[in-house]
Amino acid sequence: MDLELSESELAFQAEARSWLAANVPAQPLPSLDTPEGFALHQEWEARLAADRWSVVSWPREYHGREASLVEWVVFEEEYYRAGAPGRVSQNGIFLLAPIIFEHGTQEQQDRFLPTMATGERIWAQCWSEPEAGSDLASLKSTARRDDARGGWVLDGQKIWCSRAALAHWGFGLFRSDPEAQKHAGLTYFLFPLDAEGVTVRPIAQLDGEAGFAEVFFDDVFVPDADVLGAPGDGWRVAMSTAGNERGLSLRSPGRFTAAADRLLSLYAERPDPRVADRVVDAWLRAEAYRLYTWGTVTKLKDGGDIGAAGSVNKVWWSELDVALHETALDLLGPDAELESRWLDGYTFALSGPIYAGTNEIQRNIVAERILGLPREPKGAQR
Amino acid sequence: MRFELTTDQRDFAASLDALLAASDTVAVARAWAEGEHAPGLALWARLAEQGVTMLATEATPVEVCIAFEALGRHAVPGPWVESAAYLATELAGSAQEAIASGTVATVAVPPHTPYALDADVAERVYAAGRDGVRTATPGEPHVSVDRTRRLFSVAPGPVHDTADRSQEAFDLAVLATAAQLLGAGERVLADAVTYVKQRKQFGREIGSYQAIKHRLADVRIALDFARPLVHGAALDPAPRAVSAAKVACADAAYLASRTGLQVHGAIGYTQEFDLSIWITKIRALVTAWGTPAFHRARILDSLVGSHG
Ligand SMILES: Cc1cc2nc3c(=O)[nH]c(=O)nc-3n(C[C@H](O)[C@H](O)[C@H](O)COP(=O)(O)OP(=O)(O)OC[C@H]3O[C@@H](n4cnc5c(N)ncnc54)[C@H](O)[C@@H]3O)c2cc1C
Repeated sequence: MDLELSESELAFQAEARSWLAANVPAQPLPSLDTPEGFALHQEWEARLAADRWSVVSWPREYHGREASLVEWVVFEEEYYRAGAPGRVSQNGIFLLAPIIFEHGTQEQQDRFLPTMATGERIWAQCWSEPEAGSDLASLKSTARRDDARGGWVLDGQKIWCSRAALAHWGFGLFRSDPEAQKHAGLTYFLFPLDAEGVTVRPIAQLDGEAGFAEVFFDDVFVPDADVLGAPGDGWRVAMSTAGNERGLSLRSPGRFTAAADRLLSLYAERPDPRVADRVVDAWLRAEAYRLYTWGTVTKLKDGGDIGAAGSVNKVWWSELDVALHETALDLLGPDAELESRWLDGYTFALSGPIYAGTNEIQRNIVAERILGLPREPKGAQR
Repeated sequence: MRFELTTDQRDFAASLDALLAASDTVAVARAWAEGEHAPGLALWARLAEQGVTMLATEATPVEVCIAFEALGRHAVPGPWVESAAYLATELAGSAQEAIASGTVATVAVPPHTPYALDADVAERVYAAGRDGVRTATPGEPHVSVDRTRRLFSVAPGPVHDTADRSQEAFDLAVLATAAQLLGAGERVLADAVTYVKQRKQFGREIGSYQAIKHRLADVRIALDFARPLVHGAALDPAPRAVSAAKVACADAAYLASRTGLQVHGAIGYTQEFDLSIWITKIRALVTAWGTPAFHRARILDSLVGSHG
């Protein structure tokens, strides 16, 4: 058992560190959910991609470096330590790309991955529906076969689609076989958000910004070439990324250890013994997450599968994120209510226990699949 | 980078676990609490044969943690931390050899460990102070919440030779206590899970109710994130890492004990029911070898220096 990086990993770390030191914008970029900030974040993605830092683990032909999993975690640590901008392309890179690599055709990989890597095309995840949140498999939006045109016609409504107000393309599940049972008969589609029949209506979030949106589909045509995986197999295809979302990819430990470091600096500036224990606990939980991740990386390197442990992970990072920010606000005292990076981080953190499968659902998964407790009387879980 | 136990380490853990599972450790602990030490001393000897008493000198802190997790899981009584972690590190020469080969010894290390555990059974009793380690004679007994922990005031005698490693000895004792808490927490969770799958109320297994499931899931999560802190500290037992492991294991095990008690209902509240052995042990170990407040302060000091 060891935590040593190899020589080549250390070299990779040094290269990433010096590139970031030279390139990270001195001033934080405006929010990526404003048109101006969105454009600046896209430029940042392009700059990352130009030197192969936007998708380090991808093949070289798609702007990657073929970095190992260890190197990926190392890069993420450096990225957040350097205070680099949030990733406007994260839905595509972290949630969609793994399924395109796994289930996409060669043609789809060549068509979709390069512009995802450069940030030229930003993707939105269109999974939830007004009546299908936690119970995602109860979704009602439909896909109707159109043999004449060689494709499908989509109808219905998606909601809470992050980035959709400004994003270019979406990915989501539609019911392609009304006769089939709940989880069967779903198909995974990719579609431009400016296609004919698509209406995007931004929704302001708690912080006032239109972080997510409703998307309405009114006879939207999607050619067969934009179906991901086999028709009717959408649930299985989609679930292969749900684990990514909760597990490692969306929330690498780097962002929390970096936030814990900032919390410690804040404490050093404004020490308050009444908050001291919580500062320690926030640091400690981030440290536990960092070490836990190396265990996960080892398992994956050995060819293992994270499985339901992704749910253990998700509850931890989402609650850790809230705790880190609440503690910072307590240190800020009466200034806590004023606009600040901590307050922005706090409002964002509040959504963590809700998205990517609520923490109640994750606890059900931990209890049923890890502890082996009896299943809920009925119902599906994402 | 390989942050997982090696095959040898896993095998060592499994063999200790098998030995302890076959040793009726509950009966051993109950006898120990009644002042009948023979079964506990016999078990001590068997564990010494397996090398548990020489891990601190002959192996690494990872093996020490593996052993103490097993001791906690099976609620093995006796001054294990005192002998096999603290004294094994701090004593030198023949005294150290005696401990490695299975001599039961104990120590008081004020202020965090003011009483010597099981000083009435230990062949050798010590007291650590600023000027080193002294031999000591047991005085007045004190009653612990954990009936298997028999605590004694000690009267220090002459100064004894040491390896002059009191800081490492203290930190290894803290880490071993953390691992013991982890094992105890795992045991309570396992027993609670077994129970809630059997016990029925309102026509259903109580484990199918979400209120119960979510509480047990939280215990699973807390223990899962305490373990890497133990292993991280074992690889590099710096004071901050050791304190982090102790705080996390104390919190997780305490959560396990509270939850374990709650899901058992009244039966869990009886001394006769075996769960009580772990619930009271966890409570005692939470404050043994440095309270959570002490360890949190030590972490904060190391992170931001003196903090007023
Ligand atoms: C900031 C943010 C960004 C998001 N981004 C996206 C996105 O990009 N794409 C997308 O498709 N979706 C997105 N979502 C939606 C998110 O996935 C859903 O909100 C989530 O799945 C929960 O669904 P719901 O909101 O309908 O709540 P509901 O499912 O109605 O749940 C409401 C409450 O009931 C609880 N509950 C429900 N079922 C159970 C059960 N079986 N047991 C116990 N408790 C239960 C839930 O835990 C929750 O507390 C986002 C949400 C947020 C907040």
